[in-house]
Amino acid sequence: MILPQHELEDGRKQVQRMTAILEIHDLHVSYRSSGSELSPALKGVSFRLMPGEIMGVLGESGSGKSTLAGSLVRLLPGNALVTGGTVQFEGKDLLQANPDELQAIRGRHISLIFQEPSLALHPTIRVGEQVRQVLAAHGSRGKRTLNERTRQIFAEIFPEETDRISRSYPHQLSGGQRQRVLIAQAIACGPSVVVADEPTASLDPTTQMEILGVFRRLRERLGLAMIFITHNPALLSDFADHVLVLYAGEVAECGPAESVLGLPRHPYTKALFQSTPAVSGKPGTGRKAKLPVILGDSSRSSLPIRGCCFEPRCTERMEICKEREPSPANLSVSHTVSCFKYES
Amino acid sequence: MRYLVRRLGHAFFLLAGASVLAFLFTALAPGTYFDEMRLNPQIAPETVAALRAQYGVDKPLPLRYASWLNSVLHGDMGFSFAYNGPVAPLLVVRARNTLLLTITSTLFAWAIALPLGVWSAERLGRLSDRLLSWGTAVLLVIPDLALALGLLIVAVRSGSFPTGGMASVDFETLSPANKLRDLALHMILPVTALVLSTLPLLVRHVRASVADVLDAPFLLAALGHGIPKRTLLYRYALPAAANPLISLFGFSIGVLLSGSLLIEVVMSWPGLGPLLLEAILARDLYVVIGGMLFSTFFLVGGNLFADMLLYWADPRIRAESNAR
Amino acid sequence: MKVEATATGKNVHPLLKVENLVKRYTKRSLAGTPEELLALDSVSFTISPGTTLAVVGESGSGKSTLANCLACLESPTSGNIWFEGKDIVKLEERACRQVRRQIQLIFQDPASSLNPRWSAFEVLVEPLILQRKFNREEIKKRVNYWLGRVGLSQDIVGRSPMELSGGQRQRLAIARALTLEPKLLILDEALSALDCSVQAQIANLLMELQGSLGMTYLFITHDLAMAAHFADEIAVMDRGRIVEQGPPNKIFIQPEQETTRRLLAAVPRIGRGDQSALER
Repeated sequence: MILPQHELEDGRKQVQRMTAILEIHDLHVSYRSSGSELSPALKGVSFRLMPGEIMGVLGESGSGKSTLAGSLVRLLPGNALVTGGTVQFEGKDLLQANPDELQAIRGRHISLIFQEPSLALHPTIRVGEQVRQVLAAHGSRGKRTLNERTRQIFAEIFPEETDRISRSYPHQLSGGQRQRVLIAQAIACGPSVVVADEPTASLDPTTQMEILGVFRRLRERLGLAMIFITHNPALLSDFADHVLVLYAGEVAECGPAESVLGLPRHPYTKALFQSTPAVSGKPGTGRKAKLPVILGDSSRSSLPIRGCCFEPRCTERMEICKEREPSPANLSVSHTVSCFKYES
Repeated sequence: MRYLVRRLGHAFFLLAGASVLAFLFTALAPGTYFDEMRLNPQIAPETVAALRAQYGVDKPLPLRYASWLNSVLHGDMGFSFAYNGPVAPLLVVRARNTLLLTITSTLFAWAIALPLGVWSAERLGRLSDRLLSWGTAVLLVIPDLALALGLLIVAVRSGSFPTGGMASVDFETLSPANKLRDLALHMILPVTALVLSTLPLLVRHVRASVADVLDAPFLLAALGHGIPKRTLLYRYALPAAANPLISLFGFSIGVLLSGSLLIEVVMSWPGLGPLLLEAILARDLYVVIGGMLFSTFFLVGGNLFADMLLYWADPRIRAESNAR
Repeated sequence: MKVEATATGKNVHPLLKVENLVKRYTKRSLAGTPEELLALDSVSFTISPGTTLAVVGESGSGKSTLANCLACLESPTSGNIWFEGKDIVKLEERACRQVRRQIQLIFQDPASSLNPRWSAFEVLVEPLILQRKFNREEIKKRVNYWLGRVGLSQDIVGRSPMELSGGQRQRLAIARALTLEPKLLILDEALSALDCSVQAQIANLLMELQGSLGMTYLFITHDLAMAAHFADEIAVMDRGRIVEQGPPNKIFIQPEQETTRRLLAAVPRIGRGDQSALER
């Protein structure tokens, strides 16, 4: 889409003009199920990630958010098939890169933080060694430098008890500590992009906040750009710069965090936010009142064959929604919504 | 520590139990060493009777067991009628040879099985993996005896290495280096036979356990951190798959030990195998019991070693046993 | 206020009354010296019939131990649990089984508590068969009834729990618990693993069941926002103790304890609490 010239005055516009560090364009990924049938998980996802920016990707199960995380560095299950699109990183299409190039990029330039901190660490290797291995994999030479660097990273993430924790095995640590180790692994080689897939989903709220704090601090210190994938919209306020809402493998809405979270436009985003219980200090609010819900579910069998994929659950549906798919409409320079209500 | 103490206790009880069973079974078997003497007209019945009394063959079982235990404590392990001397020194020499064979074969078998299994697991389902599976399946169904005989034939035909025994005739005159070379040459055939007989089992297990962990999230995570393939397979996947393999290691020592008894007989390796066979045929009671006990001892020792390895390899087992 | 009346329950006998419940674990350290872990430290509370008590706390605060003790899965070290006027701590195995039917647990991840080899139908039928009270016709009728009640369609009965979505699985787990016609449902993080929109659906279902069946809930969670929405009373746990207890409004407006304040601060809010924007 070509944007009108006068909007360049917008501050955000300046940012957009900077070169994106990661640019995903029209990404299509499908899974080969039994037989030769292909079931699509991502259907034309596009977005740009600016240096130092936190992009919050919001999606529920089945929205394709984990597929998105995996396809950025081509770590997808064996039956996944990238059927189209590009992932441009520093002028190179990662989807065309060979295994050696990919290995050099993973962990060095783009790192991943996985969902379950209890499963993403090797159970019988000390966590310090696991961080050291990441450094060693990317060309840090010499035992002394390796150990020194490992210590520095641990000191950064665990200001207290640095040595005890680096000598521990994963099962000796708490969920929050394990998550921090995963972060240590991810930032060890000073990557420019970190992709975090539901990094706090299994933690309790106080630890969750703590981990978000760590991310925030690291972003300031190291200028990391981040793709933060979550199913919980509430985590993204005060944290993400941009929010991208995925529904059934398509981008429903994408824009600056304050406008998407504060004034959601897509019917799905609106309904999703309303379905989380509000925490307000006002007396007598909502007791035993029902939460507004989105009826039905987004399982593959209930998706329509034609038209907008949210149409069957949408409360604001129109005739046109059944006929064809909406294309992204620009509300402002950076806020796009895929809904006919906003198409002019 | 408690874990190890408990394991040691287990091992001790196993050995004690094995000795009682060995005693019972040999007592149940018909005939004694002196029965054949009685058929010999040149030996007077009184002499036989005197011998029987001297060696206490006619005493009740518990008494014989007690006196045997006593002799174990004195380091004799009973008396060999055929060799006319205490059993222990006899067994120790033979056991040393058997152990040499078994340990060497164990090391070789695992040194081959580990990389082969990992290699195969990584290519799971591909042609090379399927071919290897076929190969191991074929090897698995060939009986050990046929394997040993086949190897013997090859060795005889080619004539390039010795086909029996443990040393050449002129062994004593050789320099230390040449002695070692001579020993190694003699070991080639029995070790090959033993390795080939256990290899398919080991490769299949290594392949299966490594293939099991290859999908683990922590391996995916390591891949995502750009850990190179080799490190990933050998430093991440293999240790994670190690627990069942370590248990298999203990088991494999037992398999190799019983296998070696047979191979020793076929290839006339002066180990426990031929000794035990002779002793059984001659009804040389205490040698049989001693031989059985030594075998059990190795087996229990192998498993104990595996348990210790497990304790060392898995911090979770350490934590668990300490928590109790 | 209605909340106050039910919570204090002047005229109503409490369904569940817990008195000075203590659960102590002994753990041996490396040196072999026994280490005491107080998972529950004299916990006391009551729940009136038809109300919901939410127990909120961080992980390791003893919430799940409490759930297990109440469901007779673990026996407390000391203290009393009065259920309908009977002390179930001292009950024998057989009587305990009777009570256990009346107190059902719903777990965070129903995938692990439902047998993956069974079909949804078998999952629902099993507790009915075990009761040996019903013939085939009645069983079928009941299964259909409860399926409808939890909002599952008939055509899922042939599928295995693994083929269902997270929300459907949780509905199935609820239906299974309800076939036993329990008086108390313990919801142990029953909503935590679900997507937000599904969470709302299940929360609504539970509230609706409470309205129509007069169910009593013990809602164990770390999500203070959902607890406030869902419960009549909130008990905040920290290191095995209930540090603060009261109706949601009081907990939210005048939190007295540091733990409560910490939990409150950790409640994420969408759009910086600017909820009015959502109403448009």
